[in-house]
Amino acid sequence: MTLRRQPLLMLAVAAAGVALPFVIPDYRAQIAMLWALVIMAQTWDITGGQTGYNSFGNILFFGVGMYASVVVQRDVGLDYFPGLVLGMVVGAGIAAALAVLLGSMILRMRGHYFAIATLGLGIAAGEIAGGWDYLGAGSGLSPPLFPAPPGTANLFFAYLFFGLAALVFVLLAALYRTRFGLALNAIRDNEDKAEAMGLHTGVYKVTAWTMAAFVLGLVGGAMGNMLGFVDPRDTAFAGATFGVWMVLMAILGGKGTLWGPVLGAVIFHITQELLWTHLLGWQRVALGVIIVGIVVFFPQGILGWARTRWPARHEPREQGSERA
Amino acid sequence: MSAQLAIQGATKHFGGITANEDISLEVPEGRVIGLIGPNGSGKSTLFNSIVGYHPVDGGSIRFEGREITRLRTAEIARLGLIRTFQQTHVFVRMTGLQNMAISDAEAGHGLFRLMRPVSAETRERAEALLAFCGLYGKRHLMAGELSFGQRKLLELAMALMVRPRMLLLDEPTAGINPTLINGVIERLQRANREFGVTLFVIEHNMRVIMSLAEHIHCLAHGRLLASGPPEALRNDQRVIDAYLGAR
Repeated sequence: MTLRRQPLLMLAVAAAGVALPFVIPDYRAQIAMLWALVIMAQTWDITGGQTGYNSFGNILFFGVGMYASVVVQRDVGLDYFPGLVLGMVVGAGIAAALAVLLGSMILRMRGHYFAIATLGLGIAAGEIAGGWDYLGAGSGLSPPLFPAPPGTANLFFAYLFFGLAALVFVLLAALYRTRFGLALNAIRDNEDKAEAMGLHTGVYKVTAWTMAAFVLGLVGGAMGNMLGFVDPRDTAFAGATFGVWMVLMAILGGKGTLWGPVLGAVIFHITQELLWTHLLGWQRVALGVIIVGIVVFFPQGILGWARTRWPARHEPREQGSERA
Repeated sequence: MSAQLAIQGATKHFGGITANEDISLEVPEGRVIGLIGPNGSGKSTLFNSIVGYHPVDGGSIRFEGREITRLRTAEIARLGLIRTFQQTHVFVRMTGLQNMAISDAEAGHGLFRLMRPVSAETRERAEALLAFCGLYGKRHLMAGELSFGQRKLLELAMALMVRPRMLLLDEPTAGINPTLINGVIERLQRANREFGVTLFVIEHNMRVIMSLAEHIHCLAHGRLLASGPPEALRNDQRVIDAYLGAR
């Protein structure tokens, strides 16, 4: 996007990311969760926003990362931190491999058909994990204890997720500036035309989904450790929470934009935390109202709405081929 | 004079309907060849078969001596055989310049080659071709904000960006106002002359096709009805009957 104050905004967010865990130390767990949600929204947007392929199954990669990491930590016998890193990387690798495998099959389906095909992925994975003894079956798994006083764990994860979110943001900003980014947008706008121009659309779609899967695998691996337990349906393949949220946050902020998913995740997380404390028992209703509100009032997301409202601020600059 | 595109007995059925029946024709290199026929005579179907959008049921299609009958759309496009659509197909939520940048086949379509920003070279060529099509001033506008005629020109510019060997143009002037039609004709002729692109054109506007094409094939009811230079076809009783209905 061409918000003119983009570098300033990035600096402000970076400063907030570094300072927040010490400014409001009581909220370290929520801060860590915030950055994790930002990454989920960012990665969902690679296919959902930039490529126009709405996936409701990305939670699969998150859950696979979570399980893989804890299993590696359990069975390999490394110390906590090397074990966590290895677990996260292995989880990300498996998630990416799954994306290649599944993607080369279901990404052949266009638009809505793809979306429907992804609906069952997380549910199926939850069923499998829930019946597999090696993965603790229905009672799930527990990651090893964080080797430091309780408060420091959240501090560690707040910075881990912040670092990862910042890295993903920078990488995506670079990616969307390449011709690969343009190719994804071309698929979103008109896949037949993209093929008619000689683009290898199938390869690009699978690559995009695999990138998302890899990062989600990393996030899942760390998240299992932060939450302290891995459950097939409530944490790992939590389609009704993380699975829906990542879609919702990207749409709320403005899908297909660089900042939209970030903005959406921040607003969503803050709103949700407020609602959750004050509306005990009514969270699902509130979430439903939020979904309806977003779809009715911000179908293009907050950034899309702002762009229509103040088009002048988003005019492309004369020099350079910066993308919107 | 070699046939750059050679179609032998192309046949295509959709269920019980025969869209193309045993069509054989050739498009020689460097020429402008027309394809006419009443609505539903199978012109667009033939184009779709050529570019691999759907395979033919029978017959063969060769491009520059190479069998392309079973190749897929993107593979055929990479051989330099590009089609444009009757309804404009551009990338509506991308700027004109971005539309051009992604169409640059020379910059590469492989995953590795794509992982780079738009090069200065691509950008220069894109701007030159946008200027050629009279769209330079609108290069930063989203393609969806362009008028229908301008989108058609953008589509032509995108096709030229590929440095095509041959363009299949499906009604390049349909839905465009008469003033802009002359601009389109002139640019097509210049593309043919200056860039050496062979043109194979479907057109309903008789004035356009008569002034553009050197040789015309006429389809009716999915079959090749007549072929010849424009003047001959204009006076061919079979062609007149096909369009107006036989007395």
